[in-house]
Amino acid sequence: MAAMKILIIEDDREAAAYLVKAFREAGHQPDHAGDGLEGYGLASEGVYDVLIVDRMLPKLDGLSLIGGLREQKIETPVLILSALGQVDDRVKGLRAGGDDYLAKPYAFSELLARVEVLARRRGQASQEPTIYRVGDLELDRLGHKLTRAGKEIILQPREFRLLEYLMKHAGQVVTRTMLLENVWDYHFDPQTNVIDVHLSRLRAKIDKGHAAPLLHTIRGAGYMIRDSAR
Amino acid sequence: MTALGKLLRTTVFKLSLVYLVVFAIGAGLVLMRVGMNVKDLFDDQIDQTVEAEIAGLAEQYRQGGIRRLVETVERRVSQPGSSLYLVTTFAGERIAGNVAQLPAGVLERPGLIETRYARTGEIVAPHRALARIFLLQGGFRLLVGRDLEDREALRGFMLRALFTSLGWLVLIGTAGGIFVAMRVLRRVDAMSASAQTIMSGDLSQRLPRTGSGDELDRLATSLNAMLERIGELMKGMQEVSDNIAHDLKTPLTRLRNGVDEALRNARSPDDYRACLEKVVDESEGLIRVFNALLMIARLESGVAQDAMQDFDVAEVARDVAELYDAVAEEQGVTLTLDADASLMMRGGRELIGQALANLVDNAIKYGAPVEGSAQEKIVKISARRIGEHIELIVCDRGPGVAAQDRARVLERFVRLEGSRSRPGSGLGLSLATAVARMHHGALRLDDNAPGLRVTLELPASAGEALR
Repeated sequence: MAAMKILIIEDDREAAAYLVKAFREAGHQPDHAGDGLEGYGLASEGVYDVLIVDRMLPKLDGLSLIGGLREQKIETPVLILSALGQVDDRVKGLRAGGDDYLAKPYAFSELLARVEVLARRRGQASQEPTIYRVGDLELDRLGHKLTRAGKEIILQPREFRLLEYLMKHAGQVVTRTMLLENVWDYHFDPQTNVIDVHLSRLRAKIDKGHAAPLLHTIRGAGYMIRDSAR
Repeated sequence: MTALGKLLRTTVFKLSLVYLVVFAIGAGLVLMRVGMNVKDLFDDQIDQTVEAEIAGLAEQYRQGGIRRLVETVERRVSQPGSSLYLVTTFAGERIAGNVAQLPAGVLERPGLIETRYARTGEIVAPHRALARIFLLQGGFRLLVGRDLEDREALRGFMLRALFTSLGWLVLIGTAGGIFVAMRVLRRVDAMSASAQTIMSGDLSQRLPRTGSGDELDRLATSLNAMLERIGELMKGMQEVSDNIAHDLKTPLTRLRNGVDEALRNARSPDDYRACLEKVVDESEGLIRVFNALLMIARLESGVAQDAMQDFDVAEVARDVAELYDAVAEEQGVTLTLDADASLMMRGGRELIGQALANLVDNAIKYGAPVEGSAQEKIVKISARRIGEHIELIVCDRGPGVAAQDRARVLERFVRLEGSRSRPGSGLGLSLATAVARMHHGALRLDDNAPGLRVTLELPASAGEALR
């Protein structure tokens, strides 16, 4: 994935330093703002691919900052970070104009995966292709048809949506919670490895009998569909 | 505050004073009214007597002229306790009668009149009389009246009676007020003394009750019930913190031990990596427990209004069934769903989803049939509307929960023996209960014979109740 320009607006210096370092190691270009006003000033320039905004900030709180940017028609995708991980806070955050919401404490792999997906959404033309291709796997979104190496594979509707989401973000890590949120539209803790079981079923259907697996488990992060031959 | 000051400040005493004043005014008004009626009665009687005498005397005059009138008057005057008489010429000169003196001008006004007068032989006019003046043919004037001494005496008597009774009223009222105030004050003092003891930490104390069932007694009963509830909550808090200590300390200890172990014995980067991965896993578990605890606390304080929406519970049930279907199959469990086509309600879709997921997860984890029994591994989910309620039911064919343990497993961190070794936070049912309560519903555990049957009951109109 190409380097993204990321603005991290976070008042906790240590957490911010960690994020800056981690994003740099992941090959991106992070900037940091220590309070709401500074962050608002930097974000107003509109040069960033993604903003990471803490909800509780000195001088200007996170939600007001997002509201201000959206009023100025600055549509940079925003991921809200919050220590308040509750259902209604999430709703408030998204309503205020945030594009995604992550509760602290979080795994960096989760944040990275989400930020990359957000940034890519910005880069992409609004026109989604009707056919996704990864290696010899072809998914026809309109015809609801899936083939691998020309052979049709029958999927359950939910499996189809799962694969569609993975292929839309081919080459990117998607986490279990991202899958639960985007494919099932729930944000709760499923207690068990329900998502893993769904993915292993999907894997059995698309990768079984093929030399090159397409669906990969990324340890400690999630899943990725990618053509490993290339 | 002095004892007297305290007494005078009591509501009871102040009320007594107010009543006293009201009663005094009332008594005064009644007596005044009685007095006026008595006076009117007297006056009427006098008037009638006087009129009758005048009529008689006028008759005498008509028959025998002034001489006959004077004679009659003289005769009547000589009788003891006679009325008052005066006969004058047109110019006002006295001809006969026992009235010596009248205020000037009285004789000029015919009709009934109240006036002062003096009897013959007296110089000043100390008496009061009610009299009628009558003009006789020929210019003579005739006055007939009655002395008002009796009436005045009665009036004085009534006034005295009024003041004496008012005096007694004030005296008895004040004494009664003080007495009642003292009684109430004593009981209130006893109650606040008990409250002080309770506040200083002895929660087992209760407020004293007399058993009379009066308002203070009922207040004490209610407050005692409140103390009971507070005591229970305190005990619950104590248990929760004990459980938190246990359930959080155990993984924290494991985490620490793992790190210590790695620091002492790890040789290769792979050893360190393995240890760190374990640390991440353990902390994930801890974060989960924290999140669940925070969520329960949040739900119990009732603030999640922003997450409310109109949604279809049947669809949530279908989603959850579908989500867990794969896991169930992997465990060899048949997961079935029986849901109405549509079950609209207002509430937290995510919350209901989470609650149902917890129930299904529990059923799959702990609902495996007892070994050796002929039961199949089946978990049934059903979602249907029953009257005003929507019922989400999850049944398994496992060992179930003994009747005496059912209330306990809904509490935080309670995990029955035999399940402690398996993964889980012990918060799943508590969270489901909190979700049910927030929607003004309930969570029930029943015997599925065999197995456990958990019912999440939600009011179909939860939306109105929440708003």
